[in-house]
Amino acid sequence: MQDFPEISPMGERAILIEFGQNYSSEGLRKLLFYKDLIENYSVKEKLEVINTYSSILISYMFTIEDVYGEISRLKGLISQANIPKNLNSQIFHLPVCYDVDFGLDLELISAEKNLSIDEIIELHYAPLYQVYFIGFLPGFLYLGGLDKKLQISRKDTPRKSVEKGAVGIGENQTGIYPKSSPGGWQIIGKCPVIFFDKNQDPPSPFSPGDMVRFFPVPKKQFFEIERQIKKGSYELKTEVYEAGN
Amino acid sequence: MKQEIEVLQPGLFSCIQDLGRFGYQKYGVPQSGVMDRYAMRLCNLILGNPQEAAVMEITFQGPQLKFGAPALICICGADLSPQLNRNPLPMGEMIHVSAGEVLSFGNRQSGFRAYLGIKGGFKSEMLMGSRSWYEGLTEHLRLKKGMRLIFDSGEAGNRETHSHLKIDLDYLQSTEIEAYPGPEFEKLSRQEQKNLLQDSFSIHKSSNRMAIQMVETFENQLESIITGPVVPGTVQLTPSGKLIVLMKDCQTTGGYPRVLQLSEIGQQVLSQKMPGEKIRFRKLDY
Repeated sequence: MQDFPEISPMGERAILIEFGQNYSSEGLRKLLFYKDLIENYSVKEKLEVINTYSSILISYMFTIEDVYGEISRLKGLISQANIPKNLNSQIFHLPVCYDVDFGLDLELISAEKNLSIDEIIELHYAPLYQVYFIGFLPGFLYLGGLDKKLQISRKDTPRKSVEKGAVGIGENQTGIYPKSSPGGWQIIGKCPVIFFDKNQDPPSPFSPGDMVRFFPVPKKQFFEIERQIKKGSYELKTEVYEAGN
Repeated sequence: MKQEIEVLQPGLFSCIQDLGRFGYQKYGVPQSGVMDRYAMRLCNLILGNPQEAAVMEITFQGPQLKFGAPALICICGADLSPQLNRNPLPMGEMIHVSAGEVLSFGNRQSGFRAYLGIKGGFKSEMLMGSRSWYEGLTEHLRLKKGMRLIFDSGEAGNRETHSHLKIDLDYLQSTEIEAYPGPEFEKLSRQEQKNLLQDSFSIHKSSNRMAIQMVETFENQLESIITGPVVPGTVQLTPSGKLIVLMKDCQTTGGYPRVLQLSEIGQQVLSQKMPGEKIRFRKLDY
């Protein structure tokens, strides 16, 4: 990530802050620090600040009156910042059932990558993933940390409908479909957790910077967890995570 | 008398919209909101409503609506030949409607999206700070036959109305779409930049509130970018040359190069274009 970002208007209602095309966990820490800084110095009702891998977008409800004044104010904010070494976040432990009934593309990946299905599963749940941001669909987590051995191209023809909860791989990314939707990722399992609930505030428990660890569950346990989630008696296992240590 | 409107016929695609949802993009929730903000603003100004009062966005073929109570309404944007009990109605004026009267629409005269404002605004469910309908989020996505819509004229109070507003309708005829260079514009070759601003493009029939696509492809050698922010008005260029103009219901992030960014007026003009109509992008500088 570049040290000095490019700050430019994006239309008349947004300002884009770009730190280049590379990203890293350390870069994310910096990005989230700047994001908080901008949020704290702004009138929250009138704008919203989001981040992606290496960009921050400030979008306004109405046309920005003095865009260059706003940009120089942002430059001032960013140049003064002292980035702390630590970022406090949570680790979420998410159950995934890698049964071939859910992992529709496990066999295909196994053949293409010359890995056994068990090896694919282990390679997938071994890493500690990081949430970079939420986008694409409400509640869809962009996770960093996929093992290079599992990188595989998307399907040539996307499926018309991928099930809610499907866990997939597309290029160097892995993710979970928060609702059923058309999709081109290779599907390896299913997660019963709810990623977006419009009736909850906030609608998603995840924030950029949080960590995710998958743990494999057999089919029987998957259905049991699904039942508990429906009843509202399942509690997501989380622990505090301190980066930089 | 219940302040309700009964949907006798839904028309092609009508929905309730306001200025949109803010504060939830970080969860991946689209902004939504009216496609043509100018027409919405006119409706609310003429009726003396607050600027955020929800209106009905009516696409191409209007619905038939029966009023259960007296109301004050105003129609702006596209001229879809509005009628009250089969008598032609003027556009851009405050109109008294009596209980039992039926509002309907006829042939399209100009534009693509009409806006129906009502004194006090439509009271669709308030979700995440907005009354805008969006699939999968709000209970409704579009008008359906038999649906009952609630309004509340009592809430509006005695705001001043602007019944003699000068209304600019030229934008409905315009084929020039104002656009700023997008974040990846400079990655196009000089020739590609020139062509993008000189060629004319026609609106694809698959266009909707999420995106307006162009029929003609635009050959390019741009590399895809790592997923980054997009907003309504962002023009994406895919490796196969598709030009996709993101509109109000668009996703919050995307991985295609963002070659242009429409101005607010550019978005308003494009919202009023029919599939098949030709447009050209006109470059603005910041």
